[in-house]
Amino acid sequence: MKHLALIAALAAPSIVLATPDPSDWDAVMAEADGQTVYWNAWGGSTTTNDFIAWVGDRVAEDYGVILEHVKLTDTADAVTRVLSERQAGENEDGAIDMIWINGSNFAAMKQADLLFGPFAEQLPNWAVVDSEGKTVQTDFTVPVEGYEAPWAMAQVVFMYDTADMDAQSDMTSILEWSTAHPGRFTYPQPPDFLGTTFLKQALVDLLDDASVLQAEATDENYAEVTAPLWDFLDALTPTLWREGRAYPATGPAQLQLIADGEVDLAISFSPGEATAAIANSQLPDTVRTFVLDRGTIGNASFVAIPYNSGSASGAMVVANFLMSPEAQARAQDPNILGYGTVLNMDALSADERAAFDTLELGVATLSPAELGSVQAEPHPSWMTRIADDWAERYGVGQ
Amino acid sequence: MLRFLPALTLFAMLGPVAAGLWGTVLPAFGHLPAAGLTGPSLDPFRTLLDWAGLASASRLSLSTGLIATSVSLAIVILFVAGWSGTRTFRLLERLLSPLLSVPHAAAAFGLAFLIAPSGWIARLVSPTLTGWDRPPDLLILQDPLGLALIAGLVVKEVPFLLLMTIAALGQAQPRRSLMVAQSLGYGRVTGWLKTVFPRVYDQIRLPVYVVLAYSMSVVDVAMILGPSTPPTLSVQIVKWMGDPDLSMRLTGAAAALLQLALVIFALAFWWGGERAIAWLGRIWIETGHRGQKEAPIRVISLGLGSVSSLAVLLGIAGLAVWSVAGFWSFPNSLPDAITLKNWDRHGPAAFQTFGETFIVAGIAVGLALILVLGCLEAEHRSGRPLSRRGIWLLYLPLLVPQTAFLPGLQTLLLNIGADIGRAPVIFAHLVFVLPYVFLSLGDPWRSWDTRNATVAGALGTTPWGVFWRVRLPMLTRPILTATAVGIAVSVGQYLATLIIGGGRVATLTTEAVALASGGDRRAIGVYGLMQTFAALVPFALALTIPTLLWRNRRGMHE
Amino acid sequence: MNKSLSLRNVCILRDGIPLIEVDHEVSAGEVLSVMGPSGVGKSTLLAYITGNLHPVFKGMGEVLLNGNDITGLPPHKREIGILFQDDLLFPHMSVGENLAFGIPRGGSRAERRSKIENALCDVGLDGFSDRDPATLSGGQRARVALVRMLLSDPKALLLDEAFSRLDAELRAHVRELVFRVVKERNLPVLMVTHDLEDAKSAGGPIIELESYTKK
Repeated sequence: MKHLALIAALAAPSIVLATPDPSDWDAVMAEADGQTVYWNAWGGSTTTNDFIAWVGDRVAEDYGVILEHVKLTDTADAVTRVLSERQAGENEDGAIDMIWINGSNFAAMKQADLLFGPFAEQLPNWAVVDSEGKTVQTDFTVPVEGYEAPWAMAQVVFMYDTADMDAQSDMTSILEWSTAHPGRFTYPQPPDFLGTTFLKQALVDLLDDASVLQAEATDENYAEVTAPLWDFLDALTPTLWREGRAYPATGPAQLQLIADGEVDLAISFSPGEATAAIANSQLPDTVRTFVLDRGTIGNASFVAIPYNSGSASGAMVVANFLMSPEAQARAQDPNILGYGTVLNMDALSADERAAFDTLELGVATLSPAELGSVQAEPHPSWMTRIADDWAERYGVGQ
Repeated sequence: MLRFLPALTLFAMLGPVAAGLWGTVLPAFGHLPAAGLTGPSLDPFRTLLDWAGLASASRLSLSTGLIATSVSLAIVILFVAGWSGTRTFRLLERLLSPLLSVPHAAAAFGLAFLIAPSGWIARLVSPTLTGWDRPPDLLILQDPLGLALIAGLVVKEVPFLLLMTIAALGQAQPRRSLMVAQSLGYGRVTGWLKTVFPRVYDQIRLPVYVVLAYSMSVVDVAMILGPSTPPTLSVQIVKWMGDPDLSMRLTGAAAALLQLALVIFALAFWWGGERAIAWLGRIWIETGHRGQKEAPIRVISLGLGSVSSLAVLLGIAGLAVWSVAGFWSFPNSLPDAITLKNWDRHGPAAFQTFGETFIVAGIAVGLALILVLGCLEAEHRSGRPLSRRGIWLLYLPLLVPQTAFLPGLQTLLLNIGADIGRAPVIFAHLVFVLPYVFLSLGDPWRSWDTRNATVAGALGTTPWGVFWRVRLPMLTRPILTATAVGIAVSVGQYLATLIIGGGRVATLTTEAVALASGGDRRAIGVYGLMQTFAALVPFALALTIPTLLWRNRRGMHE
Repeated sequence: MNKSLSLRNVCILRDGIPLIEVDHEVSAGEVLSVMGPSGVGKSTLLAYITGNLHPVFKGMGEVLLNGNDITGLPPHKREIGILFQDDLLFPHMSVGENLAFGIPRGGSRAERRSKIENALCDVGLDGFSDRDPATLSGGQRARVALVRMLLSDPKALLLDEAFSRLDAELRAHVRELVFRVVKERNLPVLMVTHDLEDAKSAGGPIIELESYTKK
């Protein structure tokens, strides 16, 4: 927790900048026209980049908002930027107008009052969001409170090449398989988002009762709770690709490894990623996905607006468009992104619903029933400590 | 006005370096008032020492720098000793010259596509020779010893040092010395090493230092080819500097000072090595060893030189093939399908970035040309040529590791509320573009026959008239070459664009390196190829424009 | 008006040591030959007269042209023509452009053109205006250089080993042409040369420079 504590210590007393007022949507739309919105979003996935470019075309067409995708290698860069700007007194027109965010980065920014809002629940399309059925009001156990707007649902799945292996049922069987087939599995190097997700998924699956993870980690329980994870990793690491001496930098980098036949199994946070990658020739068409018997971690992806954005209206228009049935249906199209929708199908008109119903699932995408139960994200404090410890144990060589 | 240009140029070049170092020193000693921290304190260094990867990262920085520099220099020197003046030499020289402008990142991608266990080489020999139907689980890229990183640096530094050596040879009159040595019974290589090398090395010493400092602190190549558990010190510095926890910036700043100290140490070590080799060389000369059986050395040096240039050329070919590849399974040597889909997907954005890249490069190089031409003209009119100390100052921005001053510069810019975006990026690029433009233009400018100016003056032409109507047109070719060099330098800038641009300025290099983490070889192929074009096209223009412009002026092509 | 080029107590020093001392007046139509071994500083003397003395040297004394002190004037205001051993035609300009470069400003385009054509005609190069200087023979180039210098309407002429690059036959021919033209125009000429033949055919006074350092 030292990161968060420090940020909190640095934070100036809460500055409430409720301008522009999100509830006056006409005024927001009027102000948004002609604004340029710098959306800082992770740029490592070319399918996502294409989707963002499409969003840019659409909001320019309908609302006169110019959307610029600032491609990040790490979302934390954007957080740093906003922090630095506040230190420098740039409170009016910072470099960033919108961030693709969730989890610890959101928690840090919210706690430090670096976010504009609340705005999400005032957006017109919030009405069609499935705010009851989907975890869009908490983000890694942290209450969202309208400071970020959801735009996609994600759930952990494992991509595997059916030409070389069978689906696995839990983390223990993955370990057994990896031991029997050394060098055929790896995961992105933490602190990469997906890498830490693998560690969390492993811990959740290894614990008999994962509910302890919903509360903040303490010095008392941390070592004991995470012990099974370190035992698991100590056994797994020597069986990994390159014996764990190198890791792919990010999730998409795993796709190339599967395509080359270097590994057979990889983690993904997007049930539709495998299908989209097969369509883009990035994966062989023998790849399918599976989930663990006890379910896998799920969460939502959000967009947030920094407190010092000079184009908050434009950013809200983009956030609202992302929650529109049009954008959601496109994001769910397995040939485009294959992201899960945040919308409530019952709240949509028949026409709007039809756009979703006609979507094919895709060859490698599991149906909602097959995806099974969603496990909750642990409190961010667990991830921060586990990522730090992972770096100590496996990240600096032996 | 003209009198102030040299000072202004020095300021443009060294001002950001000095300011950036200052912006690094303060937080390194715990002083970052913006974050509510005031120093002095040694805590940042304590945190740094506590980092478990420190020893490995520092060792990597030293070993990659020293090994890459020694190997590059050895290949170049042995090749020049064994082959200069031959047709083979000219052939390889022609092959290597364009490689100079290939951006480091593009070359690194190409090499990665080539030597990875799933790379082109493995594909070509599999499964027939190796029996591999899947890529072997070998740690070839990202290896903890940094061997892939060293290879990536060597293939780029060999062309640089070779061209520097060839430039130095022009002044050393090697042919006569070699003839005398050979008539005394010395072998070609031994004779060259004993008679020509000492003079040549004196000329290329500073470029060698630049290679050493660069190799130790490079970020983009290390992110592509270097290890990650832990990464090199410079990559780790960039990570710390980007951490949301501001206190990690202090650690990063402390590490940046360590990086600077390591570079200074390595330069001193190298300097000591020069002395030792000079001493040993004198003993060797006194022995009168004539050098027999030099054929193996010549063959090996030719082999290494060829492999190093072929690696880059094949690598770029690999980028091209991946950019049009459909699914491409191992161990097929060519894609299972060829498609233009990748260009459809990434081409438009890449072309847009191409535009941004050229706006930044164009303005930076334009400013550099004004300053450099102004300095050279001032030098001409005052009759005082650049002193040896002046040349050191020119090289200084290239000797200070980028990671030591660019993050500090960013902090300073933020603190004074400077607008982010293109303008600061252009000035940051100028720091690196200026020395190269100066070095590239200086010699041809000075070797221009000043009697032309006397004649033009005697004909009643003012000094500025001489400058615009006589000197600039006569020097069209070197000026265009210097422009191309400047553009190539700007196109290749990674850290200066990333850190100073705050993400808002995307060039082909930053986009390509950002894609590296995603591992999408098709997208990397498109961007890497565009990046290579962006650097090569200006060189092609620098060759063809004068040919077209002066097609009826034979005297301009001598 | 007293047409002449005078060097009054001219002394050029390097590092405080005198290198050359000249005190002489060249009258109109006269060719003064300055001789001496190479390295004695003959060209340095010319650089002083044209105003291009390198800062490592220090020059003292006055240069007078037609009675006016021009020592403080910048090179382009001195109106002194110079020819070197190389023709130094600007390679990026045609023959005609080279000549136009030398003609003082003013006059219509047609006037300037006809000036060029006439001047080329005078030296037997009619129709050469559009030619690339690099395609001319050595003798032709030497004549173009002479014409270019004359078209700039100089008040005096300096020759820096101007004939030494030409082969013997051509040399006599070009030399004769130059001396004839300067006589016609009544220009004072200062010629530095190491060739006694040049000096003799100039028919004017000869001064011998000696190396101070050897004394």
